[in-house]
Amino acid sequence: MSDLLLIFTDYTLRNVALGSAMLGVVGGVLGAFAVLRRQSLLGDVLAHAALPGICLAFILTGAKAPLILLVGGGLAGWLAAWLVLAVLRHSRLPEDSALGVMLSGFFGFGVALLTFIQHSNNASQAGLDQYIFGQAATIVASDVLNFTVLGGLALLTVGLFYKEFKLLAFDPAYAHSLGLPVRGLNTLLTSLTVLAVMVGLQTVGVVLMAAMLIAPAAAARQWTDRLEAMIGLSALFGAMAGVSGALISATRENLPTGPLVVLSMSAILLVSLFFAPLRGLVWDWARTRQHRRRVRLERLLLDAHVLHTHGTLTPQALAERRREPVAVALRNLEALRSLGWAQEHPQGFILTPTGEQKAHELEQAMRVLPQRVEGSS
Amino acid sequence: MIAQPKTARHPESGASSPLSVRDLTVVYREKPALWDVDLEVPAGQLCAIVGPNGAGKSTLIKAVLGLVPVASGQVRFFGQSLEQARKRIGYVPQRGSVDWDFPTSVLDVVMMGLYGRLGWFRRPGRLEREAALRCLEQVSMSEFAERQISQLSGGQQQRVFLARALAQNADLYFMDEPFAGVDAVTEEAILHVLHQLKGQGKTVVVVHHDLQTVRDYFDHLTLLNVQVIASGPMDETFTPENLKRTYGERMRWEA
Ligand SMILES: Nc1ncnc2c1ncn2[C@@H]1O[C@H](COP(=O)(O)OP(=O)(O)O)[C@@H](O)[C@H]1O
Ligand SMILES: [Mg+2]
Repeated sequence: MSDLLLIFTDYTLRNVALGSAMLGVVGGVLGAFAVLRRQSLLGDVLAHAALPGICLAFILTGAKAPLILLVGGGLAGWLAAWLVLAVLRHSRLPEDSALGVMLSGFFGFGVALLTFIQHSNNASQAGLDQYIFGQAATIVASDVLNFTVLGGLALLTVGLFYKEFKLLAFDPAYAHSLGLPVRGLNTLLTSLTVLAVMVGLQTVGVVLMAAMLIAPAAAARQWTDRLEAMIGLSALFGAMAGVSGALISATRENLPTGPLVVLSMSAILLVSLFFAPLRGLVWDWARTRQHRRRVRLERLLLDAHVLHTHGTLTPQALAERRREPVAVALRNLEALRSLGWAQEHPQGFILTPTGEQKAHELEQAMRVLPQRVEGSS
Repeated sequence: MIAQPKTARHPESGASSPLSVRDLTVVYREKPALWDVDLEVPAGQLCAIVGPNGAGKSTLIKAVLGLVPVASGQVRFFGQSLEQARKRIGYVPQRGSVDWDFPTSVLDVVMMGLYGRLGWFRRPGRLEREAALRCLEQVSMSEFAERQISQLSGGQQQRVFLARALAQNADLYFMDEPFAGVDAVTEEAILHVLHQLKGQGKTVVVVHHDLQTVRDYFDHLTLLNVQVIASGPMDETFTPENLKRTYGERMRWEA
């Protein structure tokens, strides 16, 4: 708890936490659209492609002002996205290949430029490599202001074009048929994702940025079936990860903020993947088990019904029919009895009226099954 | 073999026809998907487009709607350009063309049909909700309004797409395989809507795959296999010879 209070009293920590939270919110909102449009990898390309842009901005201006470097990074990311589209339009390269090639191409170029800068005799060179993995500790009040302006711009635009972006994500062809400028909206959404990347470059760096786009949205999708709620949750998860990452790194020596933000986000994602109601894997397993159990019991009931109509529903007869040990057959009959489907009888067991009724329903359902398959083909 | 409108009520002929296509050619890679297609769709009728898989039926709809680039050709709607006539045209894409796990409700999807009319920056409100609900009623899906779309069966998905197009309140509708893989209830519902639309004087162009039902369901038939094989009133066009030419031609294009 005292750690939390640090946010309000410790000037450095407050800036780091605010910067990380801002990244979480903006990345979460734009990431939601990226994930729904199955463009997660494009976000990764945008982020990695920022590195050469940052280096070139430094080489050209000689300045180390973060905003100038961020703008350089953003422009490079934007160029990479445009190149991916151009390659896809004019070649037969599959989409993932085009994205992969562009990612490694830009990133490789960035690393080369970085090495070049480090070998050239420039006193202010030190620190550019912080953009690879981020260095949140360097975030100061002016950076937070930059993030707020960039992020605010992105969020405001999403608010303005919300219904168009929603339709674009769900059914772009239909959007086009309504006369919406689909290409322009695509470009706009990609540009906003570039803004989100710019907000994250200082905090988590180009390598980890994609996680801040994908993970909050993927986690949020687990909890809700409504786009508005998904976007809100995505922003909330991102902000939570940002603040907890900042807090943990502030209270432990030598733990870098960026990776901790991403780790916190991964923890939220893991919990969501496993435990979210309805979509969580744990409930999924439970439902599958339950379903299997039900089907098993239904088959058992049908077997028992056949024997029941012959008047020989005994453990021995059931065991023979189902090719199982008598002990198992006895347990099965007990299971049917505890469900109220069977009862004991001088000659063994008989089905109860409920059991017979249920068996009839099942037989009926089995009979219409082949017709249903035909009808739907 | 281009069908000419037979009625003398439209002396300007193609000028006022809901859809008039001239010399339309579409090429995706090297092979043409559509070759020199001419088509005249008569007003107020239910028109089927029939042909084998890969014949270019979907491509024809997408091309006239400007969704895929065309190599050549002119398309006029009610004598106007696509841009001018946009608000009079409704589209029902193939059901499989979207991800039904998208986080949205049935009503939200139907309201998308109103986005074109709403214009920029305006969100759908009470009026739009009510209009969308009425469209859901037309396809007997009212009770599903708040459902998440992933919980729908294939037929129900199809009816949601139909309701979304109805919300556009268009004069000319394009439907891509609405009857494909749907249950009997949905088939009935779609037919009901088709006849309602016809009763309101609207024109519907439907890609259809079932030769058994095409005669009963539609007034006008276009047989397509990259080229238009035949197009005209159902009884004149639905002939064994035309069908053979349509489905036989396919072999040549595949070879
Ligand atoms: N986006 C596309 N890119 C390349 N080829 C395509 C594309 N869409 C369709 N085709 C090809 O064009 C032909 C016509 O396709 P389509 O219009 O979908 O046929 P239909 O709807 O009649 O089954 C097919 O050979 C198909 O493979
Ligand atoms: Mg098709």
